[in-house]
Amino acid sequence: MVQSIVPEIIRESVANLIRNGDRADGRALDQYREISLETGVIKKAEGSARVKIGNTQIVVGAKPQIGEPFPDTPNVGVLITNSELLPMAAPNFEAGPPNETSVELSRVTDRCIREGKVVDLEKLVIIPGKKVWMIFLDLHIVDYDGNLMDAAVLGSLAALMDTKIPSTTIEGDEVVIDYETMVPIPIKEQPLMCTLAKIGGELVADPSLEEDDVLDARISIGVRTDGSICAMQKGGSVPLTREEVLKSVEIAQTKTKELREKAIK
Amino acid sequence: MLLVEDKQIVVPGEILAEGDYHSGRGTFKEEEKVCSSLVGLVAVRDKKISVIPLQSKYIPKRGDVVIGEVTDIRFSMWNLDINSPYSGILPAAEVFGKEKRELNRAFNVGDVLFLRVVDVDEVKKVKLGLKGRGLGKFRGGILINITPTKVPRLIGKKGSMINMIKDQTRCEVVVGQNGVVWVKGKPEMERVVQKVVKTIEDEAHTSGLTDRIRDMLLELLGEKTEKTTEKQEDKEEDEFEEKLIQ
Amino acid sequence: MIIILTSKLIGNSNKGSLITSGTKKRPDGRAFDELRPLKIEAGVLERADGSSYVEIGDNKVLAAVYGPRELHVRRLLKPNMAILRCRYNMAPFSVEDRKRPGPDRRSVEISKITTEALNPAVFLEKFPRSTIDIFIEVLQAEGGTRCAGITAASVALADAGIPMRDMVAACAAGKADGQVVMDLSEWEDKEGEADLPIAMMPRTGDITLLQMDGHLTSDEFEKALDLAIKGCKIISEEQKNAIKNRYGD
Repeated sequence: MVQSIVPEIIRESVANLIRNGDRADGRALDQYREISLETGVIKKAEGSARVKIGNTQIVVGAKPQIGEPFPDTPNVGVLITNSELLPMAAPNFEAGPPNETSVELSRVTDRCIREGKVVDLEKLVIIPGKKVWMIFLDLHIVDYDGNLMDAAVLGSLAALMDTKIPSTTIEGDEVVIDYETMVPIPIKEQPLMCTLAKIGGELVADPSLEEDDVLDARISIGVRTDGSICAMQKGGSVPLTREEVLKSVEIAQTKTKELREKAIK
Repeated sequence: MLLVEDKQIVVPGEILAEGDYHSGRGTFKEEEKVCSSLVGLVAVRDKKISVIPLQSKYIPKRGDVVIGEVTDIRFSMWNLDINSPYSGILPAAEVFGKEKRELNRAFNVGDVLFLRVVDVDEVKKVKLGLKGRGLGKFRGGILINITPTKVPRLIGKKGSMINMIKDQTRCEVVVGQNGVVWVKGKPEMERVVQKVVKTIEDEAHTSGLTDRIRDMLLELLGEKTEKTTEKQEDKEEDEFEEKLIQ
Repeated sequence: MIIILTSKLIGNSNKGSLITSGTKKRPDGRAFDELRPLKIEAGVLERADGSSYVEIGDNKVLAAVYGPRELHVRRLLKPNMAILRCRYNMAPFSVEDRKRPGPDRRSVEISKITTEALNPAVFLEKFPRSTIDIFIEVLQAEGGTRCAGITAASVALADAGIPMRDMVAACAAGKADGQVVMDLSEWEDKEGEADLPIAMMPRTGDITLLQMDGHLTSDEFEKALDLAIKGCKIISEEQKNAIKNRYGD
């Protein structure tokens, strides 16, 4: 990804606005842009979702396959998260193998979904130690307009909640898969992520593209339904204070609760 | 034979006229047929047919004024992004004359300048200059990007649109022919200008725009909409399109 | 050891073989010269200079255009014209069995022929030393994605304000279950006897893409070619409508 140079004027004007409690698009500091979420958008995928936060748009598809469990965790299913920052999504995104940003996005999303205990992976075991369901979660980023992390987690959660796998029975040492009886995968939890950007000494939720470009620091926080925290990631080269981190957690708890009530039904 | 109406939206490859018609901007002629090469609005003037594009990139022309951002400092010149497929260079001599000075003392990467296109050579090397009234570095304010083809609409006939915006918001507004607009005023007024400029960009192809923008400004500025309708609008727009075609 | 009890593939077993006569209905109920349901939208993405979304049957394809823009790879630069670059890519979830991310031989070939299908339509000489980049993403595949991709890319090019001689439309014809038909479905493509995808500029009738695999007599080939051309013309009208709809006309 080619880093774009941000004009000084934009850096200053965005920060000045925020210092005065205002934002270029007229939002309150803790306000999200409009969010839209559709599920079941891809028939060929066993679970799918299209999420939009502002103009950031991600299509997520979940595809289950039968495979072998990892040797160190023989009694749980497998969830693999992968994301592609497509060159169509922004002028400075390039085709090719996943870069740092894309790998970080995949890993942070994976942590939030895994540690947030979205899927009951123990129930995805078919024959312990031998056969388990592996769910491949692919995030296709088609339009980048800031704040990928929150959209990625929201889209992933929605796609997993939409995912159905065929029921299986074991006859002798054979697995019989019944594609006519599709069952939803077991969902335990609904964690969501809230990203805050530190700009002009203030914290703003759901950074826009312009804000993402000029931010000093970013903190993404994954929060479960009960308000407990399941994943965090700090980004950006400017440090955060203890107070800023604690304040971020508080904002994230409020915002993810709102988001859950609005977006996930 | 003319096959389309004036101001109709057409698409690439659409046949506009057959026989005795001339091919203007945004069109091409093939076997006695004038065809559109663009998505745009048809403009018929006598026997000449043009298509005014609804979307396009800025192609530098000598004499244009543009807003550019310094992207690199090299030996005796700055590189600038001028929102175009072709980047520009500003030679140190344009700024220092014959004096030798360190370039980053004058302009740094990330600075935004108002410049004139001094020359575009045959390999599309764009030479920029700062000699002229009002040219130089911007301090403060905000930047707005619009489609370059909509710049004439934003300016309006003899500056009618842009002057109305400046007067109502008391902002300084500078429009580059490359579609970059610089605005400086009270922060809330800068936001008003931003909204209005985006509306002009979105609705540039519709008629009655000046009146609607006047109403929008009054509403955004919290004033009562006074009905000072001037029925000059249609005439203005016609003359204005004339300018676009040339 | 895995046994599949009931296949999830559509059109397995006896679906296609019941019908025998001349202009018989197809497995999905279409006439021999009928397209699958078609939907085209222009200007669907925020960041791209031009974009479009095409659904034909169960194909869902996005296309984005950036450019003309500065070309940083000097060896590709052409002093007298722009270059056109195209990347066709399938989402991992777009097909029945998950596709590994990244280019494979098939997508590289399709990218190449898509570039060549669009090249003749674009006035490249207007933008020397620059590049026009086209990105096609197949979100869901149901047979004929290369054609859907070209159709989408052409709308995205127009939406980006790139000057063109004509819109390029693409459609396949072929032979399935003994009958020459327009716009093969996934099942007809897999089980059928021949596939003939083409792209064309409908105003002049110039054919800019042509591929064929399978078995056709020369009479059948001519019939298939004419059906594909007819399909392109129908699609072309929808392309134009999509662009005009964007501006509320």
